[in-house]
Amino acid sequence: MQFPSHLKYTKSDEWVGLEGKVATLGITDYAQSQLSDIVYVEVTAGVGASLTAGDPVASIESVKAASEVYLPVSGTIREINGALPSDPEGLNKDPYGAAWLVKFTPADPKALDQLMDAKAYEAFCAGREH
Amino acid sequence: MTEPLVYEISVPGREGVALPKTDVPESELPTGLLRADLPLPELSEGDVVRHFVHLSQRNYAVDTGFYPLGSCTMKYNPKVDEDAARLPGFAFSHPLQDPSFSQGNLALMYELQEWLKEISGMAGVSLQPSAGAHGEFTGVMMMRAYHRSRGDNRRTKILIPDSAHGTNPASTTMAGLQVVELPSDGRGNLDLQALRAICDETVAGLMLTNPNTLGLFDENLEEIARCLHQCGALLYGDGANLNALLGILRPGDCGFDVLHFNLHKTFATPHGGGGPGSGPVGVAKSLIDFLPAPIVEITAPGDQEGPPVYGFATPSKSIGRVKAFHGNFGVLVRAYIYIRMQGARGLREVANHAVLNANYLRTRLRETYHVPYDRLCKHEFVVEGKWEQAPGIRALDISKRLMDFGFHPPTNYFPLIVPEALMIEPTETESKQTLDAFADALLKIAEEARTQPELLTGAPHTAPVSRLDEVRAAKELVLCCRPVSPGADDEAA
Amino acid sequence: MPYIPHTDREREAMLEAIGVKTVDELFADVPAQMRFPRLHLPEPLSEIEALNELRELSEANLETLHTTCFLGAGAYNHFIPSAVQHILLRGEFYTAYTPYQPEICQGTLQAIFEYQSLIAQLTGMEVANASHYDGATATAEAVILALNQVRHRKKIVLSPGLHPQYREVVRTYMQGVDVEIGGDEAPANLQELQERSRADSLASRVDEATALVIAPYPTFLGEVEDLAPLAESVHRKGALLAVVANPIALGLLKPPGEMGADVACGEGQPLGIPLSFGGPYLGFFATRQAFVHKMSGRLVGQTQDTEGRRGYVLTLSAREQHIKRARASSNICTNQGLMALAAAVYLSQMGKQGLRRVAELCYHRAHYAAERLSQVAGFSLASRGPFFHEFVLRCPRPVAEINRFLLDEWGILGGYDLGRDFPGLQGHMLVAVTELNTREDIDSLVTALSELPEKGGLK
Repeated sequence: MQFPSHLKYTKSDEWVGLEGKVATLGITDYAQSQLSDIVYVEVTAGVGASLTAGDPVASIESVKAASEVYLPVSGTIREINGALPSDPEGLNKDPYGAAWLVKFTPADPKALDQLMDAKAYEAFCAGREH
Repeated sequence: MTEPLVYEISVPGREGVALPKTDVPESELPTGLLRADLPLPELSEGDVVRHFVHLSQRNYAVDTGFYPLGSCTMKYNPKVDEDAARLPGFAFSHPLQDPSFSQGNLALMYELQEWLKEISGMAGVSLQPSAGAHGEFTGVMMMRAYHRSRGDNRRTKILIPDSAHGTNPASTTMAGLQVVELPSDGRGNLDLQALRAICDETVAGLMLTNPNTLGLFDENLEEIARCLHQCGALLYGDGANLNALLGILRPGDCGFDVLHFNLHKTFATPHGGGGPGSGPVGVAKSLIDFLPAPIVEITAPGDQEGPPVYGFATPSKSIGRVKAFHGNFGVLVRAYIYIRMQGARGLREVANHAVLNANYLRTRLRETYHVPYDRLCKHEFVVEGKWEQAPGIRALDISKRLMDFGFHPPTNYFPLIVPEALMIEPTETESKQTLDAFADALLKIAEEARTQPELLTGAPHTAPVSRLDEVRAAKELVLCCRPVSPGADDEAA
Repeated sequence: MPYIPHTDREREAMLEAIGVKTVDELFADVPAQMRFPRLHLPEPLSEIEALNELRELSEANLETLHTTCFLGAGAYNHFIPSAVQHILLRGEFYTAYTPYQPEICQGTLQAIFEYQSLIAQLTGMEVANASHYDGATATAEAVILALNQVRHRKKIVLSPGLHPQYREVVRTYMQGVDVEIGGDEAPANLQELQERSRADSLASRVDEATALVIAPYPTFLGEVEDLAPLAESVHRKGALLAVVANPIALGLLKPPGEMGADVACGEGQPLGIPLSFGGPYLGFFATRQAFVHKMSGRLVGQTQDTEGRRGYVLTLSAREQHIKRARASSNICTNQGLMALAAAVYLSQMGKQGLRRVAELCYHRAHYAAERLSQVAGFSLASRGPFFHEFVLRCPRPVAEINRFLLDEWGILGGYDLGRDFPGLQGHMLVAVTELNTREDIDSLVTALSELPEKGGLK
């Protein structure tokens, strides 16, 4: 199970990486392993949309489960990953790399500091019942 | 042996039906609107019959064996019900023919409305919704309409227990309301504290399945109703588990404002391989005006001259129609004759034996399978399909192995609050021998789980097919086959 | 106690095993003051008596086996081959459950897969689901699909020619949803209804806020028109087109898929399902492969087992309510499994030749009827343009009176009184003709109407 140390994490299993002013959002390795074989992903947020923390940005369906992806902090969507719809399995194979979901500019970059770091998230996952 | 598809046994030129010749002058067909090709198969009647008989032989059903699916109430489907529904006066009556020529149908619907009211203690019933989920949606819409009619537009929340069937929250979303999930407590009841904390003027209602999906009767039923009514909210009953309550308790007597029935569960109408069902709704007096239209009423009372005259009516604040025409009438006929042959005494015995059977089975299994909420259950109970001593074994494996013993597995992975859940509902029409045979099988499987787990993980071994690749089905998505055209590239797409 | 097998001895043994003395003890947790109510229901009948009672009730109805029927309006009196009924009576099919355990439900699963295939072929669409409750709810589900597929658009355009009950159901379903439904404002008269049902009129109602246009084929009045230009128009504005089709008509006419429809749905009752006073019926639903994730309802997919044998499973289950729960786009759980089986058997047996024959019989007989009836004094054909098997007859007297006369004097069930749904259409009858109406039946109707007395003289 991977928990890249340079990223931030949420309790709803999203990761965020900040480079300069632009943040990237995806789902974690733990999330994709829980979902198992992903067959459909739809990014519902539009480029240019200004969203509030907690707004849904994507919908994922696997063979046996479904999951929503939420924006952890307020921000404006800059880019959505065009490669994803035709390759939903990418989320299983490379959740931290090629299968990123959206890029956005956070309204307040400091808000990202409130999210869990890799160690905290790993501990959180270990404590979960499954 | 795989059974070919109808398209694969099709031979160009074969005909299945002899139809009459055109006995009128032919009119000009609308050129420009005609279809060039009709890609349907060509089979003889014998081909068709043999094909579908073969398919039927690859199917498990109540008529072939025990079917203990929790919350589905797979009881025996009486054959006389089928004969009744096929009587020409029912089967060949048109829904739009003048009501004065459909008095038999209307009388049947009226009586069924009355009986469902009597059984449930509700004040009004509509027979229109076609399935449980349809009834739930109808019920939530009526609750919404009720509050809005009183100028109360702030009530946007529907409270739903975490053990609820998925149709509960889905129906709520369809009605444009917000789902708030409530936890269960350690005894399998709805968490009363959580309920009290959230009850306020933004709550439209609570959807409660009682007995719940753990087969447990909520120990705080009266308090739940009181709490909701006190804050102005309504109590909705999901009637999926009504089999445990017939002649035992009437939901209308303990504060339920809306209820849906599942005729294809409680009232023995057949499941049909996934429908048709019927999901009538019952309401308390305060919601009668909101029922979907039409309902059946007596328009002229009976006297010495003749029987009452029945007609259709639209309640004054009806939420509207939820399907075309009147409801799944053919299913209503089956429920009618079932109730007619049971009477009050019979229905009480249904509940008695449903609960007796479930508790007996639970008793036989509880030493070997962990029963998380181990108190007297009602018509069903849940066990965990896993053991520490058999680490690789899950509920799925136990289920597949049961098939080799000639049984349909119980419901898997529901309710969500029990890990590796196996939800077992025997129903009242199963004999002690069947229950014992089923229990014996499960005990044997528990043993195999420890000593020969590969028998479980490789199961089923004797079914027409072995485990199917569901990942492949979802990823390669083949949802229909295309006919093979001579000389064309395309085949089973 | 019908259907309950227990003997006294068995009951005792079971109670002992459980550890209680009486069955009543099993209900100790039910509030005492409300427990064990006396239900006031009629005394139970034996099977003999019950069937007699049902027989009596059934005989208090008119039915189309013994009465010539010219009534349609969304439910049609068609021929059901005997084989269909016999297959439906097989207990392995009708007492089975939803095929959640595929290994022992390959019968149901393959039958539904075949049904999906047949419907896709019939409608000319790429994929079909395992069915909805009926044509009206299938139409409502088309709205749900469109709202989810074309996000941020909130307008739905309904043709005024769509079945009145379907339009009602769409509105009921959308009550809690932020959506604007229009296009079917009440017409003043027949001409306005016909004009506003036309493709060009519907096209003029579409703008950049429209998610979906719903057009019937044929219309409620029985008229048909090429909807391809409408599809083009709708697509140019970025909206979707749902065509609500009659499945028998599709045996003869261009299918919705060929005309560019995004959804083809409708009532499958004509495909081997009896009238049964309005239900159970069959809502068929087909769409583009690209929209499959937005389509609600069960889906059967093809796959393989561990030995490489072909098999079938319910698939894409993550769309459905038992997984998506509050985030599901629709709450639908049950389909109409047995009715879908009926349609699969019907279409397999009728086949390419048979369905075309049935459609032709309906078409030619309806046109013969229209021709002859229009020549009866006081009556005229009010349909415009091509029609399939239903047409509008302008009548010299209220339709209810005419129908009373037809029934009492001639034992004929007359057509639908359009005045019931359209105040501007009093005196207009919708006449349906199917392959079960012989030439003699039609000639009798003509004779009957020509003997219709002037005002008065009716009971």
